Amino acid sequence: MIYQAIVFLPLLGALIAGFFGRFIGPRPAELITSGFLVIAAVLSWVAFWQVGIGHATDKITLMRWVSSGELDVSWGIRVDTLTAVMLVVVTTVSALVHIYSIGYMHEDPHRPRFFAYLSLFTFAMLMLVTADNLLQMFFGWEGVGLASYLLIGFWYQKPEANAAAIKAFIVNRVGDFGFSLGMFGVFFIFQTISLDAVFAAAPQHAGKTMGFLGYEVDILTTLCLLLFVGAMGKSAQFLLHTWLPDAMEGPTPVSALIHAATMVTAGVFMVARLSPLFEYAPVALQVVTLVGAVTAFFAATVGLVQNDIKRVIAYSTCSQLGYMFAAIGVGAYSAGIFHLFTHAFFKALLFLGAGSVIHAMHHEQDMRHMGGLRSKIPITWAMMLIGTLALTGVGIPFVAGFAGFHSKDVIVEAAYAGHTPFNYAFWLLVIAAFMTSFYSWRLMFMTFYGRTRADHHTYEHARESPYVMLVPLFVLAAGAIFAGFMFKGLFVGDGYKEFWGKAIFEGPGSHIMHAIHEVPAWVAVSPFLAMLAGFGLSYVYYIQAPWLPEATANAFRPLYLFLLNKWYFDELYDRIFVRPAFAIGNFLWKKGDGAVIDGTIDGTANRVLVTANNVAKLQTGYIYHYAFAMLIGLAALITWFMLGTGGVR
Amino acid sequence: MNLAGNSLLSVVTFLPATVAIFMCFLNSEAKQNARWIALWTTLFTFALSLIIWINFDPANPDFQFVEERAWLGPIKYKMGVDGISMLFVVLTAFLMPLCILASWESVEERVKEYMIAFLVLETLMIGVFCALDLVLFYIFFEAGLIPMFIIIGVWGGARRVYASFKFFLYTLLGSVLMLLAMLAMYWYAGTTDIPTLLRTDFPVGMQWWLWLAFFASFAVKMPMWPVHTWLPDAHVEAPTAGSVILAGILLKMGGYGFLRFSLPMFPVASVDFAPLVFLLSVVAIVYTSLVALAQEDVKKLIAYSSVAHMGFVTMGIFTFSQQGVDGAIFQMLSHGIVSAALFLCVGVVYDRMHTREIAAYGGLVNRMPIYAFCFMVFTMANVGLPGTSGFVGEFLTLLSAFKANTWVAFFATTGVILSAAYALYLYRRMIFGVLEKPKLKAIADMTPREIVFMAPLVILTILFGFYPAPVLDVTAKSVNQLVERHTTAVKKARGESATRVVISPAAAPTR
Repeated sequence: MIYQAIVFLPLLGALIAGFFGRFIGPRPAELITSGFLVIAAVLSWVAFWQVGIGHATDKITLMRWVSSGELDVSWGIRVDTLTAVMLVVVTTVSALVHIYSIGYMHEDPHRPRFFAYLSLFTFAMLMLVTADNLLQMFFGWEGVGLASYLLIGFWYQKPEANAAAIKAFIVNRVGDFGFSLGMFGVFFIFQTISLDAVFAAAPQHAGKTMGFLGYEVDILTTLCLLLFVGAMGKSAQFLLHTWLPDAMEGPTPVSALIHAATMVTAGVFMVARLSPLFEYAPVALQVVTLVGAVTAFFAATVGLVQNDIKRVIAYSTCSQLGYMFAAIGVGAYSAGIFHLFTHAFFKALLFLGAGSVIHAMHHEQDMRHMGGLRSKIPITWAMMLIGTLALTGVGIPFVAGFAGFHSKDVIVEAAYAGHTPFNYAFWLLVIAAFMTSFYSWRLMFMTFYGRTRADHHTYEHARESPYVMLVPLFVLAAGAIFAGFMFKGLFVGDGYKEFWGKAIFEGPGSHIMHAIHEVPAWVAVSPFLAMLAGFGLSYVYYIQAPWLPEATANAFRPLYLFLLNKWYFDELYDRIFVRPAFAIGNFLWKKGDGAVIDGTIDGTANRVLVTANNVAKLQTGYIYHYAFAMLIGLAALITWFMLGTGGVR
Repeated sequence: MNLAGNSLLSVVTFLPATVAIFMCFLNSEAKQNARWIALWTTLFTFALSLIIWINFDPANPDFQFVEERAWLGPIKYKMGVDGISMLFVVLTAFLMPLCILASWESVEERVKEYMIAFLVLETLMIGVFCALDLVLFYIFFEAGLIPMFIIIGVWGGARRVYASFKFFLYTLLGSVLMLLAMLAMYWYAGTTDIPTLLRTDFPVGMQWWLWLAFFASFAVKMPMWPVHTWLPDAHVEAPTAGSVILAGILLKMGGYGFLRFSLPMFPVASVDFAPLVFLLSVVAIVYTSLVALAQEDVKKLIAYSSVAHMGFVTMGIFTFSQQGVDGAIFQMLSHGIVSAALFLCVGVVYDRMHTREIAAYGGLVNRMPIYAFCFMVFTMANVGLPGTSGFVGEFLTLLSAFKANTWVAFFATTGVILSAAYALYLYRRMIFGVLEKPKLKAIADMTPREIVFMAPLVILTILFGFYPAPVLDVTAKSVNQLVERHTTAVKKARGESATRVVISPAAAPTR
C-alpha cells in the first residue's frame, strides 16, 4: 500500500490544486500538495530501507492498459533497489522544492497552478521510475516532458519562456523518436515489452542480427542505441542538450527539481534499468561512454564563460550527467546511480541557493551585476559554499569528503579502469573536473565576493530569504555533506551486489567494480588535483587579478565567442532544422498543394464548369447539387437495370 | 448473441431522419423549438446507441443485431454491426448532440433547415456503418455527402461554393469507379450481401481492379495524399458543426471502407498494393505535418493535421496485423473525439471574434483559463501524448509498422516530432503570451453551454488514454477474425498461383 501512496499522493495533490485551487485559495493548495509530498518522501525512505536493506522487492499490477493481440500492457508498480533509490531522490527533492516554493513564489498570482504542475511532474516521474514495462516508462517519460513544458512556460507572458518550453518539448521528442523506435523494435524481437520477459530473453538474441532500414544490424546494439537516443534527449546529452540551458527561463525551483535532480536523470535511470539489455550490447555501451564523456567535457567548457547564474549551473548539470553516462558506459552502473543520488542533493542545493540569490536581488540573474553579497545574505552564501564544495568534490584523498568527492571520484576511476581508447574518457573527465572547479568557484567569487557591481538600490535592499526557503536548503546541505560518505558503502562498496540485488545486471565478464580498487594512486588523486587547480586558477582570475578574465577573453576572442555562444549549436540547428522545416512546409503548401495538386484540379474544374454552366444556367446556380442528383440518378438506374436482368452465374 | 427480429439498428438509424421529416412542418420562426427538438432527438439516438454497445457481445466476432428484410428483389435491406463498425455508430450518435449544442447560438439563419440537414446527415452516416448490403451501403455512403454539401454551401463561409465544388469533383470519380466495381462484384458473385461477399474468393486478377476502384473512392474520403486538398478548403468554409462531423465521422468512412471491403474481399490485391499505401501514408504524415507548420489559418492547420493522423490509420490497416488494425480503429475513434474537439475549440473563439487567422489571437489564457485548459488537453492528444486517447492508436499502428517495414516505421515516427512542432506552435501563438490585441481585451471564457459540450470530450480523451480497454475489447475479436481470414486467404491464393511472378516483393508479409 505504501507504494501506491507514494505514487498517487502527488497526483491527488495535483488534481486538488489544479482543479480546486481557485476555490480553496493558494495557501491550502500549497499546504496540501507540499504535505502530500512530505508524506510520500517519508514513505519513500521507508521503502528504501525495506528494499535496499531488507531486499523486499515488489511488483503490483494496478490496471489493464493497452492490450491487442500478443501485446498486453498493464499499469503497475515495480519496486527494486534502483526504483527505491529513485523514489527517495524524487520525493525528497520534490518535497523540499514544494516547501521552498511556498516562499519563492509567494508573490505569484498563479500559485495553485504552479503547485499543481509540480505535483503532476512528481507523479509522472514516479510512474517512470516504477514502470514494469517500456510503455509505462514511456508514459512517465512523456509525462515529465509535459510537466517540464508547462513549468518552463509557467510565466506564459514571457516570449522567451514560451520559446524555451516548446524547444524543450520538441528536442525531447527527437529523443522520444529514438525511444519509440527502440520500443517497437523490442516488441518486434521479443513479442513483449514487459521488462522481466525482455530481460530473460535478451541473452538468446546476443550477437544475432535483424534487418533495419535495409541493413543487417546487430539486434541488441541497435535496440539499445535507439533507446539511448531517448536517454540523450531527456538527459540533455551532447547534440540533444540545447533545450536544457534555455529551460532556465522557468521558475528557479523548477530548475532545481526537474532540470537538476530528477527529470534529466531519467536517461541515466533508463540505461541502468535496461542494464540486462545493454550488457549484451557492448558497442552501444561504448557509445554511451563516448557521449557521456564528450558531454561532460563540452558542457564544462561552455560553463566557463556563461554570465547567467542559472545557466552556469545548468551547464554544470549537463556536464555531471555526462559523468554518469560515462560510468554506465564502462559498466559501472552503481557508480553512475550513486552520482545521480548525490548530485540530486548538491545540485538542487545550488539551484535553490541561486534562487535565494535571485530572490534577494529582485530577479537579477546576471552575475556581472552581483558581487559582494556574502555579507548581505550570509546563510545563502554558506549553503552555496557547501554545494560548491560538494560539486567540485572537495575531500581528503583516500579518507572522506563532501558528496561529490565520493561519487565523482569513483566515476573517474571507473573511466580509467574501463580502458577506453587512449583513456580518452578518463582524460576528458579529469579535464572536466578541473573546469567544473573553475566555473563553480567563478560563480561563488562573482556572486558573493569582491565589491558589488549591483546597482545601489538593489544591493541595499538585498535581504536573506525567509526560513521556509532556507530550511529546505539546510536539509539539502546535509545531504551534500553526508550523502557520499554515508551511502558509499551501500552503493559502490564491497557489498554493493547485495544492495542492488537484481536491479542492476552486470554481464558475466564485468569486473569493473573490482578494477576500480586497483587503479594507480595517481589516477585516484587526479580529480582532487584537478579540483585544486581549478580552484587556484579561479582564485587568481576573480580575486587576485580581476582584470585577467577580460584580458584573456580579448586575447582569445574567437575561442571566447565560440564558448560564449555555446559552440554555435543553436544557430546551427536553426539553420539546418528549424528554418528549413518552415520553408519546406511553406513550399509544399504553396507549390505542392497549391500549384501542382489544386492547379490540376482547378483546371479540370474550370473546364467542367464552363461546359456545365451553359447547361446549368437554365436550371439552378448550384450545379454541384444538380450533378450530384445526376449521380444518384445513375445509381438508381443501374440498380433497376440489375434488378431487371438479375445476377448471371 | 444474434438478436434476430430486433430492429434496434434501424431505429437508431432512421429515428433522426423521421424526426427531420416532421420538422419540415414546423414553423420556420420557431427557431428555439427546432433546436430543442434536434437536441432531444440526437440525445435519444445516442442513448439508443449506448444500448447497442451494452448489448453487444465482444466475444462474438460476427455481425450482431442483424436485420434482414426483402427490399428490391435480390437486393436485401440488411443491417448489422460487428466489432469493427459498432463503435463508429456510437461515435456518430455521440458527436451529434454536441454539434447541435455548438450551433445553438452561432446559427441564426434558417435554423430549422439546418437542424433538418444535420438529422438527415446523422441517419445517413449511421447507415453507412450498419449497412450489410452493397447497394444499401452505396446509397448511404454517397447520399451522406448531400447534406454535407448543403451544410457547407448554405451555412458556410465566403468561398463555400468553391469548396463544395472541389469536394464534389474529388468524390465524383471515386464514386463512379466504386459503383462500377460493385456492379462487377454482383455479376461475379450473384449477390450484394456483404457477409456472403466476405466469404467469396474473387480471382486475383479481378481483385486488383476491384481494389483500385474502391481505393479511388476511399482514398479521397480518407483523405490520403495527394487527393487531400479538398479537406482544408472544406473545413475552412464549413460551419463549426460541419467541420466537427467532417473530421469526426466522414473521414472515418474511408478507413472503415478499407476494413469492410478492401482487406477482407480483396486480400491478395491488398497485400500487393500495401507498399503503395505505405508510401502514400508516410508521405501524408511527413508532408502534411510540414504543411501544417506553415499554416496561418487555425482550421487549415487542424485539417492538415487530420490528414497526417489519417496516415497512421491507413498505415496500420495495411500491416494486416492485430495491432495495426486495432490501432487504426482506435486512432479513428480517438481522432473522431480529438479533432472534433479541436474544431469545437476553434468554433468557441470564432463565435467571439469571427476570424480564423492565428495572428488575430494571442494571450487568450489571460482571459480564458478554462478554454486554455481544454485546448491544452486536445493539443496534447493531437500530439499523441501517452495518457491521452491520441497516443494509443498512434502507438499500435507504429508498433505494427515496424514489423511490416522498418523504413515505414522510421519515417512515420518522425510524425511525433513534427506534430509536436505544429501543435505547440499553434498553441503558443493563440493561447500564450500577453493579451495585447485591443479586440481581445473583453473576450469572455467559455459559457456553461460550451462547457457542457466540451467536458465529455475532455473526459473521454483522458479516460481512453488511461483505459482504452472498452474500445480495444470490442474490436479485438472481429479484428482477429479479419486478420486471420486475410492471412489464410492470402496463403491460399499464393499457394494456388505459386508460379505467378510476385509484382512487388516488398509486399510479401514478413514474419
